[in-house]
Amino acid sequence: MTTTTAPPAASTPSGAADPGRPYRRSPLTWIREHLLAAITVVVFVFMLAPNAVILWMSFNQPIGKFDYDWNRFSLSAWKNPCATNEMCHSLGLSVEIGLIATLVSTALGTMIAFAMVRHRFKARSGINSLLFLPMAAPEVVMGATLTALFFNTIGPGSLGFWTITIAHIVFCLSYVVVTVKSRLAGMDPTLERAAQDLYATPLQTFMKVTLPLVAPGIGAAALLAFALSVDDYIITAFTAGNMETFPMYIWGSVQRAYPAQIDVIGSLMLICTMAIIALSQILGRARNARR
Amino acid sequence: MSSNDVLGRGTGGDLRLAGLTKRFGSFTAVDHLDLTIPQGSFFALLGASGCGKTTTLRMVSGLEAPSEGRIFLGDDDVTERKPHRRPVNTVFQNYALFPHLDVYENVAFGLRRRGIKDVKQQVADMLDLVELGHLARRRPSQLSGGQQQRIALARALINQPQVLLLDEPLGALDLKLRRQMQIELKRIQTEVGLTFVHVTHDQEEAMTMADTIAVMNSGRIEQMGSPADLYENPGTTFVANFLGQSNLIPGTVEGVRGDVVTVTAHGQRLTLPADRCRTDTGAVILGVRPEKVRLAPAGSALPPGVNALAGGVVSDASFIGVSTQYLVRLPSGEELAVFEQNTGCEIQRPGTEVVVHWDPSQSFGLDGSQDIEAGADLDEESAA
Repeated sequence: MTTTTAPPAASTPSGAADPGRPYRRSPLTWIREHLLAAITVVVFVFMLAPNAVILWMSFNQPIGKFDYDWNRFSLSAWKNPCATNEMCHSLGLSVEIGLIATLVSTALGTMIAFAMVRHRFKARSGINSLLFLPMAAPEVVMGATLTALFFNTIGPGSLGFWTITIAHIVFCLSYVVVTVKSRLAGMDPTLERAAQDLYATPLQTFMKVTLPLVAPGIGAAALLAFALSVDDYIITAFTAGNMETFPMYIWGSVQRAYPAQIDVIGSLMLICTMAIIALSQILGRARNARR
Repeated sequence: MSSNDVLGRGTGGDLRLAGLTKRFGSFTAVDHLDLTIPQGSFFALLGASGCGKTTTLRMVSGLEAPSEGRIFLGDDDVTERKPHRRPVNTVFQNYALFPHLDVYENVAFGLRRRGIKDVKQQVADMLDLVELGHLARRRPSQLSGGQQQRIALARALINQPQVLLLDEPLGALDLKLRRQMQIELKRIQTEVGLTFVHVTHDQEEAMTMADTIAVMNSGRIEQMGSPADLYENPGTTFVANFLGQSNLIPGTVEGVRGDVVTVTAHGQRLTLPADRCRTDTGAVILGVRPEKVRLAPAGSALPPGVNALAGGVVSDASFIGVSTQYLVRLPSGEELAVFEQNTGCEIQRPGTEVVVHWDPSQSFGLDGSQDIEAGADLDEESAA
């Protein structure tokens, strides 16, 4: 793909100053005008190419156990998305843990965010930095410390579903707090005063004014928490015992086999995410268009 | 209606503040305020930012709890009542319209919270009153500043509160729109007959709309009265300087004869009516508004009985169409402001020697122990 032509051998330094010749723009000008667009396209290709490859390879009929090389088009992986029982079981486990972790961390994190933004108390700034710790700490360290914690409190045999869930809630919490907090901080506190002034009880003020205004932040936080939980590998591996979540299954399967179904599941997740985003935008636009 | 009983409405009556005080740590924002605002009046609390006027308003609405004192609505003590239990509504400075609700639902908010099901007619009537019926389904973000202001007013008025509080309601509007809304607000107040308590730092806004103005300064009421009262007969240097502009001349009381007080200032004898002078011995500050002062060429004959200060030199003259504003430097070094209406008289050039004179009945006398500069620069500061 060529984007530019070579500059002409004898280009006039300033074509516009010469009235005898038709005006010719310098190729440098062309580049300058299109550089931003070109870089934008490159960045998007760079970001989206892996997703495109996953979608493409999900239609492959692999030779042998590994879906790495393109062979020929086939729908067999899509028709039979559960390649093995373990794979779909591990996916179910991941979704289950993801939902519980999202629910608990969103509820807890939203409450923490309200406390941090709305109330002035002694240890506020200290707690604020502590909340950042799970985000800042390396995952390996977090995983190792959590294993040590579980070993020394509830014993080595207890690692499994609930230890994974607890670990996920721990690291999701920070992200939820940060997301909801920023939304809440951007909200005008006079709105709640106005509601009280207009006869709303504290509960009505929360339900009719505060919650609807903070809801987009809470929704975004929940989505983020779910995404973080479903694809976590490192901390999960430390706390899973003999359970196997979907990311762990994929990691393990790289050594045994890599069925095209993994790409099918990946594509499905991608499509679901895009559908959710598109839906929320359409709903938002429809609401704004209503007069 | 039962909802009216819940809010304690129906008894009617004046808004009365008794010894109302609010302290924030060691800072006293509102200092033992005693005030009665008659039912149905348009009352303005005027003061510079930080004088305690907004804190007073918030205590009346219940959004701030007083440190001391009581608040009465008619015979009811509402001091302990939560904001949602008071028959008082506020128009906030930034309007505080709910961005997730449309205009209609914003206006209906108060009625719905009180459990009133059929709001349609009332909301329509109220939107007609503020002339925005056609925008019922718009979001607040789709409205102009002036429209938002009117919706905020409609949202408060629809509840027919016993007292409507307005917290600098026109501050965010441009000058032309502000003038228009001042007239509009006054019209609506006359139409609905509710008590309006209006907080502002804009003295012109307060004078245009209010029946009664209370000038506040550091948590206390400096002076209260009708706009004309405050302007013509200010009681302190703060009021004289904050409300309009004043020429204040320090002097000494020479004596009181009948209803005339004689004062010496800069070696010249000046007089003023005794009922406009707040001290009868010692130091006095004699005041006169710039538009009451006239200029005469040096040495010309003056009308009999006027107060005159000779030996002044015009140091600045700015022609602004309807009037010419002069600064006249007196031999003492003091500068007096003089506004001369454009009635065809000759404009005095800077450097001209003049005599300033005025009708003695237009001067006022203040206690000489005060700071002569009090309140002089506050107006511009808070307006900026």
